[in-house]
Order: sequence, then structure tokens, then C-alpha cells
Amino acid sequence: MTLNTSAATIANLVEQQQSTILAAWLESLKKQMVRSDAASDEQLKRHCGQFLSLFAQAAAKGGMDDIDGRPFDEVRGLLAEISSARARQGSTPSETATFVFSLKQPIFNVLRDALQSDAPALAASLWTISTLIDKLGLYTVEVFQKSRDQIIVRQQQELLELSTPVVKLWQDILALPLIGTLDSARTQVVMESLLQKIVETGAAIAIIDITGVPTVDTLVAQHLMKTIAAARLMGADCIISGIRPQIAQTIVHLGVNLEDVVTKATLADAFVVALGRVGASIRRD
Amino acid sequence: MERIPILRIGDLLLVTIQVDMHDRLAMSLQDDLTERIVRDEAKGVLIDISALDLVDSFIGRMISNTASMARVLDAQTVLVGMQPAVAITLVELGLTLPGVKTALNVERGMALLGKQYLAGPARRDPQAR
Amino acid sequence: MSDMSPAAGVRFSSQLLTPRAGARRVLVLPLTGDEHVVALRRLVRERAIDIKLSLVDQTKLVTAASELARNTLKYGGGGEAHVIELDDGVRLGVQLIFADDGPGIADTALALTDGYTTGGGLGLGLSGARRLVDEFDIDTRVGEGTVVAVVKWKR
Repeated sequence: MTLNTSAATIANLVEQQQSTILAAWLESLKKQMVRSDAASDEQLKRHCGQFLSLFAQAAAKGGMDDIDGRPFDEVRGLLAEISSARARQGSTPSETATFVFSLKQPIFNVLRDALQSDAPALAASLWTISTLIDKLGLYTVEVFQKSRDQIIVRQQQELLELSTPVVKLWQDILALPLIGTLDSARTQVVMESLLQKIVETGAAIAIIDITGVPTVDTLVAQHLMKTIAAARLMGADCIISGIRPQIAQTIVHLGVNLEDVVTKATLADAFVVALGRVGASIRRD
Repeated sequence: MERIPILRIGDLLLVTIQVDMHDRLAMSLQDDLTERIVRDEAKGVLIDISALDLVDSFIGRMISNTASMARVLDAQTVLVGMQPAVAITLVELGLTLPGVKTALNVERGMALLGKQYLAGPARRDPQAR
Repeated sequence: MSDMSPAAGVRFSSQLLTPRAGARRVLVLPLTGDEHVVALRRLVRERAIDIKLSLVDQTKLVTAASELARNTLKYGGGGEAHVIELDDGVRLGVQLIFADDGPGIADTALALTDGYTTGGGLGLGLSGARRLVDEFDIDTRVGEGTVVAVVKWKR
């Protein structure tokens, strides 16, 4: 039996015996499930039913060796939905893949009953359905990963916003304590928000503290210098504090000109300087 | 052609630029300011650009030139209210307006100029020593 | 869609004037007077807002437009500006093309270095403008004309 006829056979059998397969599949899944309640039972039944029906249709259209092809578009779509839903509910990737893998046994049974007199045909069919379901199972793992990746990216963005607070230390004095490795994109975002805060609070001095920054590369150093220049154009001065020896070396090597910028070893020192400046330039009547 | 109004407050001149200036208007402002500094014996010039969402190299140059001419005429110039996006863009363009003092707003600008008269230490412009 | 061939005002022809795939909402403005630069700035600002560029990116694009328009006017003897919206299927962008029949630039490499100037000012503004945009192309022939094309994409 050629691959194509075995595919046709499988497709027919799955189509004809949908309800049998569905019942067997649901039973095996329920046995594996740890938690069980009416809602999740309902959802499971729905998912299985939909999947099987789409699977049968896709199998009938052919192309059983390629799950990326057009016939399997809807199947992949449903799997993606199921996978994402389960990810959100806290299922592990294994649980979701198992959902797919456990479809093998019911279909094997049906195939065995139908083809028991034709061993080579049975073997070929079993192989075809096995590899197909394996691919579908792996697909759910991929989708699962992607959903989680998206969640991570979103969390990273939220962390980014949380981790770069601009603090008002005193009347007219802002501090921006930078923590962690700075990449070009993050530095740009942070610097723009500093300038915005300067306008909003009417600060005269901004202390950029890099005690918590392990390394600085060319791009970050440039962004830093550009921010200081921009702040100056707006009418605010910047003080950089917390430059470690390694960073000092990097900055010198990069040829960055720090002549016009006041630098202090610690945030505290910078604050003292800032207070002095601010005390002198604002008249309190 | 319209001209940008120049207000006199004591011995200070205040210019509030609120329109998108074409080059000729910018040049006439520069001329007007120079003339008024002499005529009013002004000691300070405040240029308020808080309403400008754009400052290109021509306007930047106009401001620079005005400050230079003012200095020759013994008056200080302070540029106030530059918006963050404008500042970032000017820096990217490579314009840092050396020789031009800056302040966040008119009030600060006036305080800055006031300080100068009382022989306070120069604060905003590191290049002017 | 307007005719994109070397338009009525400018004879200098260049590959850069050929419309790109995904070009739409094309507008051609004359650049023969000061007030044209102001009008161009407004139009570019509108288009930048249309594709939802951040405020900083809007400002950079409009400033670049101002610089390049001025070049066309002062060094190119006047010309025109094309304002185009780009949609490459993945992202949106604004393209600006400045064309003139002026003297052309003899040494583009030199003109693109910082601080280079022929007009006693702060330079032709080419190197500065280039830093404000994502794509920058220039096509120029001495005695014939110049075309500068820039693009800013929505990040």
C-alpha cells in the first residue's frame, strides 16, 4: 500500500468512526487528568470534538505528511487556540502535548480492527498516523513557548518601566538611579523620560546615578552625553554620580569628553553639590 | 510682513516666539532685537521658545548670533523653555548652541539674569568663563 | 496618485524619484519661497502624526524636512518636495524627496561630513539631517541638479 492510499484509508476510517474515536480519546484523557470539574470537562469535550472533526477534514483533503500545508490550517489554528488557553490556565507544555498524543491509541485501535488482515497496510498506516500526530503534538509545544515568550516580553517591559523611576530628591533636584545593564534602546527610553520629568517638575538639576550599572558601551555613553546636552539646552544641569573605575576607563577609552559635566563618586556627594547650586540660584522671598 | 513683538521689562527684553517662523521672519527678529538692545539700553534678553515644537539649524543659528551680538552690546541672553523633543533633535543635529545660556522658564531665566547683575557666579554656561 | 516622473518643475531625473512599492498619498509641493518651507513643515508634521510617530521622531522628521528644504531653496535655486506615505506591508513610514535643477554637489562625501559648509553657516545640513532619519539617499550631478530622498519608519 502506498503512502497515499494509506492516507486515504486513515482519512476514511477517522471520518467514519469519529464518535468511537472521540469517546475512547476522552476516556483516556480523563484518566490522566489530575483536576477535574464540570467546566473543564465541558471544555475538554468541546476541544476534542472540534479537533477530531477538523482533523478528519484535513486528513480527507490529503497532505498528511505536511502539517504546515493548507489542508491543516484550521487544525493548526485550533491547536494554537487550545495551547494558548491552556498556557494561560497554567497547564504545562507536556500536558498540552499529551492532549494530542493520546489521540494515537484510539486511532490505532480503529486501524487495527479495519486492517487486521493486511499487515503491511496496517504497518504503513500506523506509521503515517504516528508521525502526523507527533508533529501536531510538537506544534502545540512550539505555540506554548511562543505564548510564554510574549508574556515574558510584556513582563520585561513592565519591569523596565518600574526599574527606571525618576525620583524627586528635593525641590528642583531630580535623581535617576540606573540599575542593571543598559542597552541602547532602554537607555534611550530612560533618557527621554528623564527629560520629560525635568519639564514636568521644573527641575534645575538631574543627578544620573550609575552606581548600579556594571558596564557602559559606546552607544550607552553617547546616549548619556546626548541626554546631558539636551538637558542643558532645556535649562537643567546634570551631574553624573557613581562612576566605577572600570566605567571611568571605558569612558576615557571611548574618547567621551566629560569636561563640561560634573561627576561625583556617590549620589550623596552629588546631592550636596546640587543643593548648593539650587540654594544659590533660586530666591526664596 | 508680521513681526514678532518684543516686550520691555525694566532693562530686560522679552521675546515670546509662538509662530512657525520662516527664515525672513527669523532674520528680521534678529535685526529687531539688536536694534532694541541698543535703543533701550537693555542688559538682558529673554527668548522664550516654550511654544516652539521645532527649532532647526537656521533658527538655532539666529539665536546663537543674537546672543553673540547681545554680548558685544553688553547684554546677556537667556533661551528659555526648550521642549524635550526639540532639545533631543538639536543635539542629534549637532547644534549645542555654545555661548547661549538656558533656563527652564521665563521666571528662572529672569532669576538667572538677575543673579548676573548681583555679580553672582556664572552658572549655566560652562564655556563662558 | 500624482505623476512621479521628473515633474513639471524639475528636469533633473533620478532613480530616487521612482515611486517605491507601497508608496501612497503622494503630494508634491513647490519649494521656491520661504513660506513653502513653512507649509512643508506643517504637512510633514501631519503625515508624521498620521503614522503615529513618537513626538521625538516627529520632531526629527520635520526638522530634517526643514533642513533639506532650505538646502533646495538656498543652494539648489529652488525645486520641489515630494511627501509620500510608505506601507511595506510590515510597517508604515514617511518618505520625503527633495529635487532641484541646481548646480549639484561636487563632492558628496565631503558635504556629508560634519561642519562642512559653503554658505558661511552651520553646513549644508546634510550630515545633521541624515542623523535624524532612518534612510538617506542622495543623487547629484554637477551642473544638473540634486535629489535627496529620506525615510523615517514607525518603530
